[in-house]
Amino acid sequence: MSARAGAGKAVTMGERPARERVRDFSEVDCGLSAEEAVAEAERCLQCKKPSCIKGCPVEIDIPLFIARIAERDFLGAARIIKEANLLPAVCGRVCPQEVQCEGACILGGKERPVRIGDLERFVADREREQGLVIPPVAEPTGKRVAVVGSGPAGLTAAAELARAGHNVTVFESLHEPGGVLMYGIPSFRLPKDVVQAEIDQLRGMGVEILTNHLAGASIPVADLHAYDAVFIGTGAGLPFFMNIPGEQLNGVYSANEFLTRVNLMHADRFPEYDTPVRHAGRVVVVGGGNVAMDAARVARRLGARVTLVYRRREEDLPARRAEVIRAQQEGVEFELCANPVRILGSHFVTGVECVRMEMCSLDDSGRPEPSPLKGSNFTIDADMVIQAIGQGPNPLLIRKIEGITYGRKGNILVDEEGRSSLEKVFAAGDVATGAATVILAMGGAKKAARAIDRMLREDQRDH
Amino acid sequence: MYRVIEAGQLADRIFQIWVEAPHVARHALAGQFLVIRIDEHGERIPLTVSAVSGDLVRIIFMAVGKTTHQLSTLKAGDFIRDVAGPLGRPSEIGMFGTCVVVGGGAGIASCPIIARAARAAGNHVIGIIGARNAGFLILEDEMREACDDLFVATDDGSRGFHGFAADVLKEVIEGRKVDCVWIIGPAIMMKVTSEVTRPKGIRTFVSLNPIMVDGTGMCGSCRVQVGGETKFACVDGPEFNAHEVDFDLLMQRQRTYFDEEKASLERYHERACRCGEGGHHG
Ligand SMILES: Cc1cc2nc3c(=O)[nH]c(=O)nc-3n(C[C@H](O)[C@H](O)[C@H](O)COP(=O)(O)OP(=O)(O)OC[C@H]3O[C@@H](n4cnc5c(N)ncnc54)[C@H](O)[C@@H]3O)c2cc1C
Ligand SMILES: Cc1cc2nc3c(=O)[nH]c(=O)nc-3n(C[C@H](O)[C@H](O)[C@H](O)COP(=O)(O)OP(=O)(O)OC[C@H]3O[C@@H](n4cnc5c(N)ncnc54)[C@H](O)[C@@H]3O)c2cc1C
Ligand code: SF4
Ligand code: FES
Repeated sequence: MSARAGAGKAVTMGERPARERVRDFSEVDCGLSAEEAVAEAERCLQCKKPSCIKGCPVEIDIPLFIARIAERDFLGAARIIKEANLLPAVCGRVCPQEVQCEGACILGGKERPVRIGDLERFVADREREQGLVIPPVAEPTGKRVAVVGSGPAGLTAAAELARAGHNVTVFESLHEPGGVLMYGIPSFRLPKDVVQAEIDQLRGMGVEILTNHLAGASIPVADLHAYDAVFIGTGAGLPFFMNIPGEQLNGVYSANEFLTRVNLMHADRFPEYDTPVRHAGRVVVVGGGNVAMDAARVARRLGARVTLVYRRREEDLPARRAEVIRAQQEGVEFELCANPVRILGSHFVTGVECVRMEMCSLDDSGRPEPSPLKGSNFTIDADMVIQAIGQGPNPLLIRKIEGITYGRKGNILVDEEGRSSLEKVFAAGDVATGAATVILAMGGAKKAARAIDRMLREDQRDH
Repeated sequence: MYRVIEAGQLADRIFQIWVEAPHVARHALAGQFLVIRIDEHGERIPLTVSAVSGDLVRIIFMAVGKTTHQLSTLKAGDFIRDVAGPLGRPSEIGMFGTCVVVGGGAGIASCPIIARAARAAGNHVIGIIGARNAGFLILEDEMREACDDLFVATDDGSRGFHGFAADVLKEVIEGRKVDCVWIIGPAIMMKVTSEVTRPKGIRTFVSLNPIMVDGTGMCGSCRVQVGGETKFACVDGPEFNAHEVDFDLLMQRQRTYFDEEKASLERYHERACRCGEGGHHG
């Protein structure tokens, strides 16, 4: 249970003990009780010029919703958040608040910032327990919009456009909508029923979600162009491999494959579910971001001893600090300043040969440039290797859209409102920015949706 | 949910299903595949689009493991939870001259649609279909219709030529100029058969069948080595230049889940026995 909170004292969200939680896939965070939430809300200074809002990519009216919590009007608080953000139960759980709203909160300088993320999650969970309120939609405009991809970007664009009265169809290639929220982020951080419930609101708003529809194949590009506007939110789902020897061995996975097998296909419950995943005693995860932490923590839950190999220092790990700590608590071992050079084995993986990395001069971002230390090679035994070294946009659809411009990394080039080089075609989220965050995808999608709405209304006036 | 319109058995352990999936049927071309998931607990498995008619797609499959066994119990009126596609690149059909389409076992399922497309493009098309014995042979009539000439081979001689499809192919390319060959079947059959066309440098395509998950390029499970490069079979293929494919690696990777697959099938059969019949429940 969480620490008791007195007035003015910071509340920490309760966490299940590592030894217990590492045995299952249930949520790690317990969430706030009503009393804790109210006490935390009362810490808010209700600033005249709230800096927290500036830190929020979708500009939720943070002090206002917190004030509602302090008044115990939890559903009112939910309504305020949902005006700006249709997925608060998701964002409350996975947003890096420490560098966004909470990072900007004025109290951060003195004691501790208000736990805005925990409060957001609290009101969202409260609302869901009582049945989510479907946001109202405007009079039908008769305009049709195609949204490709149902990750945070696609869902947000669909919601905004539906709210404005447009007829929205979402095309999703997988069998479940949600994008990374469903197949990538594990349920112990983001329970899947939470995601489902937030997505169901869209259906309630009249949005049609067509799963198993791969745009560019099930829906040819010409059919997409027949819509009044197209929003592309196909994410950055293409996994990178290191291109080192041994990568083709059985037991070498991309983080995407490993996480998809477990999160989306439930391989943790094989053979009750038909999709298998290798049962490994020792796992090496390569990478240092959120994806690597998730893969490592999932592998721990499947019972393996897990070593995470990262080429820089602990302070350089790009993952959220809280997730690094949780991974450590759960027994993930960290092999830092090391880099794999070869995966060993014949047919199946037996180990990973690594080399020590020396930290040299700092690069532009202030991180050290690692370089391999000659003769420092060492081996880690492993029967499974998971590579979590990054992803890029999937070129499948983009290459088929004639005239659309994309960058060197395959990301669709857009202006600040999500306009691509093609009239009527917009894009946002990871497909435009490269792998980023849920809330940046949502923020970008919202801007694009507004630009689409404006375009469609002008269109209507012209006719 | 996608409705099964027709289901039946074609040969020993080989079945066909016509399923209603307009989004696939309307856009599928020769050489493409789809991914199905039978129910909530199901695995996503890839199967070739073997024919299309209006809004219907035909799949032909050999019952080898849990999912294909379960699929073989479906009847007209049943539903398949998910059907995604069409996936992969279509066959590269051009006006080559003379083409040979070689099918082995369940791989014959992919042949008529390619043969028809090649013929429609103006090629002279020769078909060769082979199986262990007559009991495993499928689509002979359809291939006869789709091709200008058809040869049949069985390992035991129970029908047609006594021997392998590779032997027939060798005779064909010795007898006349052949410009393009497709070979589709089990990995080992594709490996052996594509050696036949290598000395003459005949353009040869094989359709690779690695283990897949999404089928859209986001997991890398299907990676294969072609010409020394890593390719994702689901988006870069499934058809590749046969003479550049590392077949041994393909076969190695196909065995990744050998133990799990065995356990899953045994569990399925046990449960099917207890239920007294087909056993729809996983
Ligand atoms: C393991 C993992 C953990 C993460 N953890 C966090 C975190 O804690 N906090 C955070 O803020 N961010 C996190 N991220 C990043 C975050 O999830 C992404 O930035 C975000 O999901 C991007 O949203 P999106 O809508 O642009 O794309 P996605 O979520 O990738 O969704 C794209 C969707 O489009 C579909 N699609 C692709 N191509 C097509 C097509 N041609 N036709 C139809 N559908 C198509 C895909 O199947 C997918 O469903 C994490 C990412 C991963 C992989
Ligand atoms: C592009 C493509 C097209 C295919 N078309 C056909 C077809 O038209 N007819 C047909 O009979 N078979 C086809 N296959 C093979 C078919 O997908 C497998 O036979 C099927 O997945 C086996 O599933 P299972 O559960 O019955 O057997 P399992 O017991 O799970 O596996 C048996 C064997 O099938 C392969 N396999 C298992 N899971 C998968 C998977 N998720 N993806 C791919 N292969 C797997 C493995 O090599 C394994 O050794 C195709 C494969 C690919 C990649
Ligand atoms: S900055 Fe902090 S204290 Fe000020 S309104 Fe926002 S949450 Fe409240
Ligand atoms: S099956 Fe996942 S990338 Fe090909």
